[in-house]
Amino acid sequence: MNNIFNILIVGVGGQGIILASDVITEAAMLAGFDAKKSEIHGMSQRGGSVFSHIRFGEKVFSPVIPESEANILISLEEMETLRWLSYVNEETKIFFMKTQILPAEINDYPQGIEEKMKKNYNNVITIIPEELIKKIGKPKYLNTALLGFVSNHINFTEDVWKKAISANVPDGTFDENWNAFLIGKGVNK
Amino acid sequence: MKKKLLSGNEAVALGAYQAGATVGCGYPGTPSTQILENFRNYKDVYTEWSTNEKVALEVAIGSSLAGARTLFTSKHVGINVAADPLFTLSYIGVKGGLVVVTSDDPNMHSSQNEQDNRNYALFAKMPMFEPADSQEALDFTKLAFELSEKYDTPVFLRTTTRISHSKTVVEDTETKTEHKVTGFDKNPKKYVMIPNYARARHFDVEKRIVDLVNDSSNFSINKTEIKDTDIGFITSGICYTYVKEIFPEASILKLGLVYPLPEKLIRDFCSKVKKVYVVEELDPFFETQIKAMGLNVEGKNLFPITGELSPDAIKKAFGKESLAKKADINIQIPARPPALCPGCPHRQIFAILNKLGLIVSGDIGCYTLGVMPPFSSMDTCVDMGASITVAQGIEIALKQKNKVVSVIGDSTFAHSGITGLINAAYNRRNLLMIVLDNGTTAMTGMQPNPFSGETINLVPTMSIDYEKLAGSVGIVAPNFRIVDAYKPEDIEKTIKELMDSEKISLLVVKGPCVILKRKKK
Repeated sequence: MNNIFNILIVGVGGQGIILASDVITEAAMLAGFDAKKSEIHGMSQRGGSVFSHIRFGEKVFSPVIPESEANILISLEEMETLRWLSYVNEETKIFFMKTQILPAEINDYPQGIEEKMKKNYNNVITIIPEELIKKIGKPKYLNTALLGFVSNHINFTEDVWKKAISANVPDGTFDENWNAFLIGKGVNK
Repeated sequence: MKKKLLSGNEAVALGAYQAGATVGCGYPGTPSTQILENFRNYKDVYTEWSTNEKVALEVAIGSSLAGARTLFTSKHVGINVAADPLFTLSYIGVKGGLVVVTSDDPNMHSSQNEQDNRNYALFAKMPMFEPADSQEALDFTKLAFELSEKYDTPVFLRTTTRISHSKTVVEDTETKTEHKVTGFDKNPKKYVMIPNYARARHFDVEKRIVDLVNDSSNFSINKTEIKDTDIGFITSGICYTYVKEIFPEASILKLGLVYPLPEKLIRDFCSKVKKVYVVEELDPFFETQIKAMGLNVEGKNLFPITGELSPDAIKKAFGKESLAKKADINIQIPARPPALCPGCPHRQIFAILNKLGLIVSGDIGCYTLGVMPPFSSMDTCVDMGASITVAQGIEIALKQKNKVVSVIGDSTFAHSGITGLINAAYNRRNLLMIVLDNGTTAMTGMQPNPFSGETINLVPTMSIDYEKLAGSVGIVAPNFRIVDAYKPEDIEKTIKELMDSEKISLLVVKGPCVILKRKKK
């Protein structure tokens, strides 16, 4: 079997998943890998569940990750994590952002997700968005800081990340994004 | 050679540009929209959002006959709208290469059906390419232009959502073919399809397909990979990548040209491999044709005919289990379907329609989400423009004047709602037609349309005057009204008045899309 690294990012439409996955995939290409990513645009983005599959390695065929083969699951929303567990195995590193977004017409948020996740999986890393935002100063760059944090678990050079961020963030925001990335990278687990 | 990460749609746009295409037209539709949005950024090209797909294809035909290489783009259901010119275009052929992109949406991520448009290739007798990644989207687009001119035929390029919206690495040669626009040559026997001339052209069309069948076994885009001769797959497009993922050691015949089929190549493959499976999303399009060759293959007895395939769908068809860890988490999570955005200008009107308990004939766009709770106020949605016309049928059959309203967005109204408006007026209906004008084509990502006053390149242009349009079919105040989308009392009062009048009425509810507002800031 071809050695492929798989990252699945999940959350809710509007959380910035597409930009974050663009950065990672571009970084993978710049690091010399074959890289693919797959996601869905259109109606599903109107507040629905959103996902992005990222895969890189010597040669990638399917842009869609086979079940159980995610090396990293980045979940930007608590209950969304639970929808994607079929992609996770014993070794998968799960980045679990403590953000709760109620679906339309639902009033009660399901309780106890973090505890159950930690009980079932060995590598659940909780991220408290407010703490990260406090460190970077602006909520706008939360995802970039998160990428910095996750980058400690992906074997790309800092230069590659820098180029990938520069190529994908809006004009004039690179410095602030890069700063957020470095702060995120420096946060201890 | 430059490495780039491109979506399938970006790659098609680049391929068209590098093939020397100078004209691009289409109507926005997921997942095809970004092709023209990228094409418009290249130098010395003309791009337009046409009123609808039929119009776009006709503009494309004219441009091709005048000698320009021309790109037409549409989502799968848009080809239905363009089908009328399409079938006769096949008889006429091309002068400048003409590539017809159909972006299909298996699993209906953003569509009302999941028709398999490979059937159009067979039906309209046009060759069709199908790429498996962005590199192929780029290469096949260029090849499609060449083939179009070589065989004097329009050529389909079919993508699916997973190809259009996936990003993969592309080696860009950064070389461009210059295609000279040689002008329009009068040739009525080829361009004027009166029965006499069309009969002769039909022979040419049939000959073209026979030539293509014979030649296609040598096309390099139809690739045979012989490995394990016990098991083999015939497949194309995204499914090829799934098969490679799950069966890396199997033999594969990968079809780049999905119509017409390279019969000789298929027979060779089946003679070399013991057990052959056909893996294709949606219809048994290859399977039926291959079985008609008298070959023994399996396909839809194993793989689903509905929805998308995936590496796991292929695994499951062969009884391979998922290796996912079984977790003990018994937390029920609610579904998270798409919904109208917070602050969306459509929210008020649907709340009111819900309250009034009318039959609401709906249409295609963000506002179709008015069917979802808490609004639950849409009763039909068929195709672009159908709100106004389906409502007329309901009114006729019910013989009641104040039971049904139609609801349509601005872009959809321009696309094919206006013909319905004319029909209602002409046939003396008494319908209330509501246009939800949010200033953009929102669902597909904010494209301007004939009501928004700018073109695809954001150049200022006319915008249709609702009042004059309504007046021209005899709908005038007080039965023509414009209200603010954020004034629910006004909306409710106006709807009640217009329903009570029992006369044909046009109500425009105006409020800009919240996403557009945010973007413009």
